[in-house]
Amino acid sequence: MKPPPFAYHAPTDLDEAVGLLAEAGDEGKVLAGGQSLIPLLNMRLAAPRVLVDINAVAGLEDIRVDAAGVRVGARVRHAELEADTAAAEAVPLLGQGLRLVAHPVIRNRGTTVGSIAHADPSAEMPAVLALLEGAVEVRGRAGTRTVPAAEFVTGPMETALAPGEIAVAARFPRPRPGTGTAFVETARRNGDYALCGAAAAVTLGADGRITAARCCLISVAPVPLVVDLTDHLAGRTARLGDLDGAAAAAAEQADPEDDIHAGADYRRHLARVLTARALARAAAAAPAAVADTYTGASR
Amino acid sequence: MSTRMFGAPVQRSEDARLVAGRGAFLDDLGAGACAAAFVRSPHARARIRDIDATDAVDVAGIIAVFTYEDLSGAMAEPLPLLIPHPCIVDGRTPYALAREHVHYVGEPVAMVVAADRYAAEDAAARIRVDYEVGEAVVGVDAAVSAERTVHAGMADNVAAHLVQEVGDARAAVAAAPNSLELELDIERSAATPLEGRGVYARWEPATSATGTDDGRLRVYSSTQTATGVRAAVAAKLELALGQVDVVVPDVGGGFGVKIVHPWPEEVMVPWAARRLGREVKWVEDRREHFVAAAHERAQRQRVRVGFDDSGRILGLDVDILHDNGAYLPYGVIVPIVTSTQLLGPYKPGAYRVEFRSLYTTTAVVTPYRGAGRPQGVFAMERTMDAVADHLGLDRLQVRAANVIRPEEMPYDQGLMFQDGRPLIYDSGDYPRMLEMIAELVDWPGFAEYRERARREGRRVGIGVACYVEGTGPGPYEGGHVQVETSGKVRVATGLTSQGQGHGTVLAQIVADELDVPIADVEVTTGDTRRMAYSVGTFASRGAVTSGSAVALAARRLKEKALRIAAEALEADAGDLEFADGRIQVKGSPAHGIELGTVAVLSNPLRYAFDAASAAATQFSGAADHESPPVAEGEAPGLEGTDYHSPLRCTFANGAHAAVVETDPDTAEIRILRYCVVHDCGNLINPRIVEGQVHGGVAQGVAGALYERMAYDSDGQLLNASLMDFLMPYASEVPTVEIAHMQTPSPLNPLGVKGAGEAGVIPGSAVLAAAVEDAEGFRVDRMPISPSELFELRNRHAAGEVASVPPRPSPATASDTSVPSAREPR
Amino acid sequence: MTEDVHDIRLRVNGIQHTARVPARRLLSDCLRHDLGLTGTHVGCEHGVCGACTVLVDGRPVRSCLMLAVSAAQHADITTVEGLAAADGTPHPVQQAFAECHALQCGFCTPGFLTLVAAYLRDNPDPGEDDAREAVTGNLCRCTGYQNIVAAVLRAAEITRGQDGVPRARPPAEEGRVPEAGGGRP
Repeated sequence: MKPPPFAYHAPTDLDEAVGLLAEAGDEGKVLAGGQSLIPLLNMRLAAPRVLVDINAVAGLEDIRVDAAGVRVGARVRHAELEADTAAAEAVPLLGQGLRLVAHPVIRNRGTTVGSIAHADPSAEMPAVLALLEGAVEVRGRAGTRTVPAAEFVTGPMETALAPGEIAVAARFPRPRPGTGTAFVETARRNGDYALCGAAAAVTLGADGRITAARCCLISVAPVPLVVDLTDHLAGRTARLGDLDGAAAAAAEQADPEDDIHAGADYRRHLARVLTARALARAAAAAPAAVADTYTGASR
Repeated sequence: MSTRMFGAPVQRSEDARLVAGRGAFLDDLGAGACAAAFVRSPHARARIRDIDATDAVDVAGIIAVFTYEDLSGAMAEPLPLLIPHPCIVDGRTPYALAREHVHYVGEPVAMVVAADRYAAEDAAARIRVDYEVGEAVVGVDAAVSAERTVHAGMADNVAAHLVQEVGDARAAVAAAPNSLELELDIERSAATPLEGRGVYARWEPATSATGTDDGRLRVYSSTQTATGVRAAVAAKLELALGQVDVVVPDVGGGFGVKIVHPWPEEVMVPWAARRLGREVKWVEDRREHFVAAAHERAQRQRVRVGFDDSGRILGLDVDILHDNGAYLPYGVIVPIVTSTQLLGPYKPGAYRVEFRSLYTTTAVVTPYRGAGRPQGVFAMERTMDAVADHLGLDRLQVRAANVIRPEEMPYDQGLMFQDGRPLIYDSGDYPRMLEMIAELVDWPGFAEYRERARREGRRVGIGVACYVEGTGPGPYEGGHVQVETSGKVRVATGLTSQGQGHGTVLAQIVADELDVPIADVEVTTGDTRRMAYSVGTFASRGAVTSGSAVALAARRLKEKALRIAAEALEADAGDLEFADGRIQVKGSPAHGIELGTVAVLSNPLRYAFDAASAAATQFSGAADHESPPVAEGEAPGLEGTDYHSPLRCTFANGAHAAVVETDPDTAEIRILRYCVVHDCGNLINPRIVEGQVHGGVAQGVAGALYERMAYDSDGQLLNASLMDFLMPYASEVPTVEIAHMQTPSPLNPLGVKGAGEAGVIPGSAVLAAAVEDAEGFRVDRMPISPSELFELRNRHAAGEVASVPPRPSPATASDTSVPSAREPR
Repeated sequence: MTEDVHDIRLRVNGIQHTARVPARRLLSDCLRHDLGLTGTHVGCEHGVCGACTVLVDGRPVRSCLMLAVSAAQHADITTVEGLAAADGTPHPVQQAFAECHALQCGFCTPGFLTLVAAYLRDNPDPGEDDAREAVTGNLCRCTGYQNIVAAVLRAAEITRGQDGVPRARPPAEEGRVPEAGGGRP
């Protein structure tokens, strides 16, 4: 299990990186954290002719937190983002998703933008981006473009990135005021890709009733599956029993497949169970000064 | 006398090296060696039409490509069938490189030797093999139906067929007041040590000066048998045994898979080293290990049982279909072990067992820790639970009604065991074992705990499973103990170590025998240069056979040392004792001699090479001029060699109990408690024994809840990575609570029994029982994943899976021989 | 068919090394075969088992999922060989693993040692659940993890006991970056 040969470049300048990648066309690959790419190389399931290592490229290393949200550069490791208190405060779903990404050692090297660009249908961070309706900044020879999350992941391991383009940053918007989020999943072993996972964002009004609710399911569709559940939940409380209908509606959208770890029926079942759990936790986390509708206790 | 080491939790002598990163594992050796890689069949069954290596020769660093066509003589013959047995109908073994046909994905077809592994893989990828693809035979159903046969020239897929019977079991079942039939199923798993296999070989050509063929081969292999590899490689390469040295370095886990020998790679690497005149090394990578090493466990069992109203089993009739994979290199040890060890601590009135061992187009099946016992225990313990449920009795109570009593020992089960010797249990206290497990897990208190959990919306269950394990089989192991003139003690035994701490345990034994500090004892295992006679490490035999052998060897050394010391001290040998590295006169410790000095005196010298040795030279002092310097019947040197050849296996036993919780929504299974009662006779080092139990339990849990080999119907292994073969992390393995029993074995000088495999054996049985108890329906197939539990729930709701009747409160069991041990917690 | 090679400089266990490697040389192979530091083991080459874990700028990473050429961008690498103090005194984690029988075959051990050394630096007082979580992510096939968890707790205890007395050199003391949240690798 050794990688096949490739040419290697470690530019320090983004334009140079884009130039090298463009030159390689569809035989080029970007190396950031490498935690998904290098296993594929070692198993010889990928054989790029050219590898452009962006770990020395200036300008990709920042986590920027502002009124709009959190902008994460392509060199930012999961672990760094997880440890960034300002980012966690602005977008709590980041930390809720990141702690589910593999194990800490992988998060020490793997990058959040890289995970999004890898577009594994079981990965958490593309789902976080999708649920929050974030975007990816893409740099190519033609310049920079911004691709909305909904258009970025186009299929399993497929994205809107054209040959020669680099995902340079991901933008995670702050949730609307009154919104709580949660990410729950079921995996075979701690740190494994989820059999099914559900992220949820629930917005409560001043009366403690739901004004908006969305979820994003992973591992049950070719891309992160965002379902708007506002129609099912608007005006309701977030008691567990009240969420069942919405959870069933979300699960209805899932199109899971059988694999060696779980049957499709089971994954669909998990989609329902986990959506309900995620909605309940998200509602409980909603920062409104209202009664805790999850437990019924007042906070 | 210094502190007795036997029985003490001595810290391991191996560890200082290993924690410092100074281990010497196979790939840590041979820095300059060429690297080998193998082209392996991508098809489960195919005929090779052509192999074209044209493109490979362009690869930078390539040295050679070999195919079957390059082999001749013994190398061109099939590899040996290691353990022949009369029940084998048609025993097929592979060639070192495939000859025309391949029978599983991963079978080696060509060998590449290159400057490094990167180049070797590049070249291997460029070798084009033209296959005529045949149809796969995957799983017991396909094998037994024989619509397609795996091997040419066979009418079906039956490799072996054996019936053993004690009494008329079928008649006993038919006549019994109650009877049941169970269909049971266990899937494949595998040993999966973290270090794969590996071989490194070096050929030293004959020196022209002697004119004889005195070339020598040095082979390093990550194996469980040094002498086995030596004999097999010598035979294949047509060398005299004395021309081959096999040295086993640190081995990164074995668990059975490395007892198989010679692997195709294990003969190809030395063969290539000799042919090329270069050092060659092959280090198996993870993917190769999954597809091309060995697996185990897959069996289908049908049990018919007849029993009386107290749960006493009157007749037991078992049919086993055993998937042995593409070849039969290790014979039928696994199904024989299942057939015999299935009986566990019980004594059914009559027993009949029949197995058919079946070829499939998958990786070979050879012993993996437990070696057929997990399946046998699964059959027996699932049966016990079914009997209890049928009668509405407590599950422990039914077991208590069936166990062999201590006063019945030795107990002859009337069968032939895996070592070709009678299945006679030597010792054990099984009723006490049941009492202890009930006490440890608080069996009587569980009903209340279950009720409390139910009120909290939680679902919990408890299970128990027992086993008896034949350990320490022969034919023999040897020990060599030598005291050097420095007083240091060097111990050698031939079997190999894969983490069991033999270096520590054997040193404990010798330190006690000679009464020397343990730090002065150094142990070598698995080096044919040090101990040429040996069998290997398997079947929980290290402490039993090598432990006994080194004790006996040390005793021989003691006799000799006493003779020499008596002469030197002018004392009667009977008045002398060993104490703290000296031999001294009892009651007069000042009058004594260092063991190192005895070693000097044991070897009369002409030449002095240091100050100590001067004492043994010819002019050094008084001598008896009437007898030769080395007395008749003596040999120079303070050393002793002896062998332990056990009459038959010694039988360890134990009981496991597990408490699980199942998530009512997600069907996830969590182990809340895992309790082990364990009897391996006298404990040499409780710390090491407990470590063996912990590790075994982890593999038992893994086999029950996580690991399987997912072959598709084309014979492709779909989960050949640690991403998808779910070896548990710390997060999945429970804390193990252990209670020891120590029933000494009468069959060896130390009273010990093997401990290496026990922990894994009841895993599937006990966890199936606990999940069943939590869910209220039968669990007859393992492993079980959340997805499968979810499916079972649905099938149970649809009436397709039998319910388990509510278990009686164990309080009603207190009037049996299983007492209510303590108040519920 | 020849391959481009790169001359790299790697600072490993405080010592500057140079090596000439092809771009595809994995850091694990470079450490083991180019630099002769065979204490780092290779168990899966796809990042799951953790036997190859080393500290890069003080943080544990999988050396089989890193190219040697990329590793050369970093200040410092610590392998198991670099855990002990300069005078050979074992690191508390090494001492604890031996005391607690937290290893059997020893193949996975270097990965656990580097992982736990870094963990205890950031979490000096873990509870049992924390300790178990800390080692989740590395595979051991021999021990069932029970004694590894015990060794994490014991190592923390040894380290605490060393307060005020000269202690073993913490991993990657040289070229170490600020704690998590401060700088970045």
